[in-house]
Amino acid sequence: MTADNNTTFKIDASGIYYRDLNEKLRELIANGTHNIELINICGQRYIGTDLDKPVNIDIYGTPGNDMGAFMNGPVITVYGNAQDGCGNTMNEGKIIIHGHAGDITGLSARGGKIFIKEGVGYRAGIHMKEYKEKKPVLVIGGTAQDFAGEYMAGGIMVLLGLNLREGEKYPAKFIGTGMHGGVIYLRGGVEDYQLGKEVGIAELDEKDREILNQLVAEFCAYFSYGIETIMNRNFIKLYPRYLRPYGRLYAY
Amino acid sequence: MKTLLTSKFAVIRDPEKCIQCQVCVNQCSFNANYFDAEENEVKSRNENCVDCQRCVVFCPTMAITITNTPLEYRYHRNWTASVIDDINKQAETGGVLLTGMGTDKDYPVYWDHLLLNASQVTNPSIDPLREPMELVTYLGSKPQKLEIDERTLELRTKMPPQVKLNVPVMFSAMSYGAVSLNVQKSLAKAATEIGTMWNTGEGGLHSSLKKYGSNTIVQVASGRFGVHSEYLNSGRMVEIKIGQGAKPGIGGHLPGEKVSSEVSLTRMIPEGSDAISPAPHHDIYSIEDLLQLIHALKEATNYTKPISVKIAAVHNAAAIASGIVRGGADMVVIDGFRGATGAAPKIIRDNVGIPIELALASVDSRLREEGIRNKASIVISGGIRNSGDVIKAIALGADAVYIGTSALIALGCHVCQQCHTGKCAWGICTSDLKLTKRINPDVGSQRLINLLRGWSLEIKDILGGLGVNSIESLRGNRLHLRGVGLSDSELEILGVRPAGR
Repeated sequence: MTADNNTTFKIDASGIYYRDLNEKLRELIANGTHNIELINICGQRYIGTDLDKPVNIDIYGTPGNDMGAFMNGPVITVYGNAQDGCGNTMNEGKIIIHGHAGDITGLSARGGKIFIKEGVGYRAGIHMKEYKEKKPVLVIGGTAQDFAGEYMAGGIMVLLGLNLREGEKYPAKFIGTGMHGGVIYLRGGVEDYQLGKEVGIAELDEKDREILNQLVAEFCAYFSYGIETIMNRNFIKLYPRYLRPYGRLYAY
Repeated sequence: MKTLLTSKFAVIRDPEKCIQCQVCVNQCSFNANYFDAEENEVKSRNENCVDCQRCVVFCPTMAITITNTPLEYRYHRNWTASVIDDINKQAETGGVLLTGMGTDKDYPVYWDHLLLNASQVTNPSIDPLREPMELVTYLGSKPQKLEIDERTLELRTKMPPQVKLNVPVMFSAMSYGAVSLNVQKSLAKAATEIGTMWNTGEGGLHSSLKKYGSNTIVQVASGRFGVHSEYLNSGRMVEIKIGQGAKPGIGGHLPGEKVSSEVSLTRMIPEGSDAISPAPHHDIYSIEDLLQLIHALKEATNYTKPISVKIAAVHNAAAIASGIVRGGADMVVIDGFRGATGAAPKIIRDNVGIPIELALASVDSRLREEGIRNKASIVISGGIRNSGDVIKAIALGADAVYIGTSALIALGCHVCQQCHTGKCAWGICTSDLKLTKRINPDVGSQRLINLLRGWSLEIKDILGGLGVNSIESLRGNRLHLRGVGLSDSELEILGVRPAGR
């Protein structure tokens, strides 16, 4: 079986066990399939793991936990919601969710981009890290729950809060607790008590704006928003106040 | 602030023998030996000496002796020298006491209360010098039963991935950053030559070590440093590290000073930044979550590699191990409270966890009772000192053991417990390039190969004496053990009879 770049291979996943589904995906991609459409996905885990090629996978339904865990290349678009562990320890590739995602979205991601139209659960972007040109990106259209950006060691997180009404606060507390790298751009504002004690607040500079504009433009392209409606509010930048938060902890 | 701490050791230099060559000055990384140019004489600062014995070994005229400092605190059962020193250290710094190596506290060593059997008259012992003796061990999940095609005699059961060990002794996880690259090279080279495994620890895999991949266990810990699909697929086995015997329940901080450009390359974090491993894996809050990560890793490696889960030996180790096995792990590693570390809070190293012998016995018993012992191999670690400990561990139910400190001692470690300072004079637990070159991987690997050759010969001798010709016959065979000086409940947990019965 061979496939050219333009044909889309369609799989009806109803009743297919995750192991069989992922086995099928491996097989298809090994045979050169570039575009895959999965319909009736319902809870199958680990979609996109161990697929080291920049293939396109469109998912209709609700994929299970750890979608794109350890992922290294594919572009996954979900027309629905994602569950926990989406983009866990991801290395390369893209995840676009036309809905919301569960807890620990983007945990320990090292590269790649994740765009979520709506909100995410607890500890989103926890311990994302960066190295040289590898810089993970997590853009959240809605809001995040507590401990967003905890232990963050690198990468960029954008919180847009598009679902917040005028004057309504972000629900998250302990944002950026233990943060020692990376940056969070947050649309609107937060109260001091919502931030981890390692986090500082600053105005965006020229370079921040450039990065933010690009990411918001990409977000708008996926989810059909107007850039102006997002950029019409002020953004703040959350940054780690210390690069060595635990430097003075020990007696030698 | 003036320190109230006093010298622990005294460097005594025999003036008759000393030739003022300054080798001791150059070898000491703690600045305990120095050359006084005014008096044209080599001298010592006793307060800096950690008793690592580096200068003693390298003095060409054997002029140096190190002793415990003659000044001793007045005896007190409760307020010992180490208690007084620790209080002073904290009064002066306000910090968490940090230490290295495994606990030096006087807890019971159960191996020393277990004795092996030998054949006399009623069954013959075997002479391993002239008869075949099998030490080969396969790690990995074993099926409940095997189906064989009656016509072709071929195996119909699809075997889960297995890892073959020629000797049931592996090198435990020591990350690049905690130990030097030359140490990892020595371990990797020796493991490859012997036919056993070494373990990357949580620090990624240096590109120069990829060629040892089929003898490498790659670790995935809570910091996920250097973890990507190529890393996962470059080893023979993947190990999820939940905990470590020296510091159960807590994470780790590799201080920025130790994250050199080379270390940053394998950890994939910027040079000089702290490498923080959170206390839990934040994708594991339950056995169900662990099951999820185990299977994520199986998916990521296409079911070609056994997945191991390492925990510290803690009170409920047996129930936890049962959960781990039911979660799909192919191997459970239990690290006892004597297990060592590059750095840990002293209060945790010395007070948290339980002895590995008791944890092993209870885990093996529990998995047997539940009928799932075949589903995973059991590997233990934490203070294994010699082949006697290895063979007793196997008789108690282990499939294999990991050694860390023993391997480092073979490379030169003198157990001075200064691993956390990064100044290791033996060039082991440091990233200082002046010091790391003190380990030559060719010499180091040969010393490790020699050590395991010696242990293998001894294990074969003991097996022969027991009248068995394969390590498999001893595994979990606790009838070959007897306890001495143990209470009834200790004997019951260990599942061994008292000596004489």
